[in-house]
Amino acid sequence: MRARFAVVLGGLAIATTQLAFAEAGSMTLPKTVEAGAAFSIQSGGSGKATLYVVGPGSVLKRDVQLGETTFFPAGSLFNAGHYVAILAEDSSTESSAFDVLPASSPTDLSFLARPSRLPVGLHDGITGAAYVFDVYHNLIVAPTSVSFELSSPSGAVQKRIVETQDGAAWTVMDSTAQQGIDRFVARIDRISSARVVEQVPGDPCGLKMIVEQSGRELQLRTDPVRDCNGNAVPDGTIVTFTEAYKGGQSTVDAPLKRGIAEVQMADHSGATISVASGVVLGNQIRWEK
Amino acid sequence: MLKSLLILCSLFAMNLAIGSAQATVLVEPPNLRGPRTLPEQTGKAAIRDYLQSWQNLSAALEQNRADLLDPAFVGTARDKLTETILQQTALGIHTHYQDRAHDIQIVFYSPEGLSIELTDDVAYDLQIVDHGKVKTIQHMSARYVIVLTPAEVRWRVRVFQAALN
Repeated sequence: MRARFAVVLGGLAIATTQLAFAEAGSMTLPKTVEAGAAFSIQSGGSGKATLYVVGPGSVLKRDVQLGETTFFPAGSLFNAGHYVAILAEDSSTESSAFDVLPASSPTDLSFLARPSRLPVGLHDGITGAAYVFDVYHNLIVAPTSVSFELSSPSGAVQKRIVETQDGAAWTVMDSTAQQGIDRFVARIDRISSARVVEQVPGDPCGLKMIVEQSGRELQLRTDPVRDCNGNAVPDGTIVTFTEAYKGGQSTVDAPLKRGIAEVQMADHSGATISVASGVVLGNQIRWEK
Repeated sequence: MLKSLLILCSLFAMNLAIGSAQATVLVEPPNLRGPRTLPEQTGKAAIRDYLQSWQNLSAALEQNRADLLDPAFVGTARDKLTETILQQTALGIHTHYQDRAHDIQIVFYSPEGLSIELTDDVAYDLQIVDHGKVKTIQHMSARYVIVLTPAEVRWRVRVFQAALN
């Protein structure tokens, strides 16, 4: 038993020595290679061997003559990552790690912008994030300047220049005072990616109605309903009229049509009539015949 | 006889090294860029799903089966790993990746909540098998940059790339 253990230990020692020898081998290769670029690996010694280049992004295998240089043409290795080159002979292996780096020039932007629709005049309401990639879809982790631009139909432009960290850049923008379709663009040199952001009017502001007698009933009508920046609140927005009178209360919802809301309600002398839209309260009128 | 014993010993040494002990995991406090706060549960889920992705990666590259990537990888990361599996299959090679240690930090949670980026200083073993013969085992370490995006019930790896420190 003890003898067998000694043999195993001896074997382990030999195996460890082989690994150490492999680490100290005579293979020469660059420490870094740009994605898609040609490169070569020089081996020492004589005889035949198999050369492996292995990483999660790619696997290559070549039969090589030791002492010669093995050339890998452009395009052989284009996925960025950490690779190991292994020179395997019958009785030993040598290895050396190297990195494939993303190509230096960006060719693609992954641009996320939110939201696609929001009210006007919202501080930090629009966000954008961009990831920068090379032609082989490798994330470019070296710092790169990304320009974010939000332009409104009026010609107003908000611009931020942000440097990426680990391939990502982000920004926040304010929605402008004017409703309409804005263009949100992330750009690096000539590479750009655009998103559309629709800015819609905010909540009604200064909601006001008038009351008129109309035969036996009352005619209630709002002024044109606008937000606090003067943008017309869209048709279809619900306006609620409430009439409170002795012994009861009536409520009528009416959608905006051509910017105003209009309803008829029963005539109750002494009633209090109010108007609201969502959480926004308008004026209140006490009706006396 | 001696040669057989040496091969046996070498294999024994490799098996010791490539054994499937669970990797040690160190999670650094997030160093977040961006305006969005990362809920603790979201961060934990992203890291859990990322660590699980190493099991998918390992199984897929060991068995040369791209379908094993599907639960954990998506987009570019999936495409690149699938390409590697096709190359391995054509060359008669299998690789076994065994993660040994992770040092993870979440570095970016995009403002709209649709991506999480993390870095991982990972130590792993790489075993290369060519036509059924174990060629070597390598102890590797690298800094990975990972971008995860949300899927139906989990985070999936969209970018999986080792980068220089």
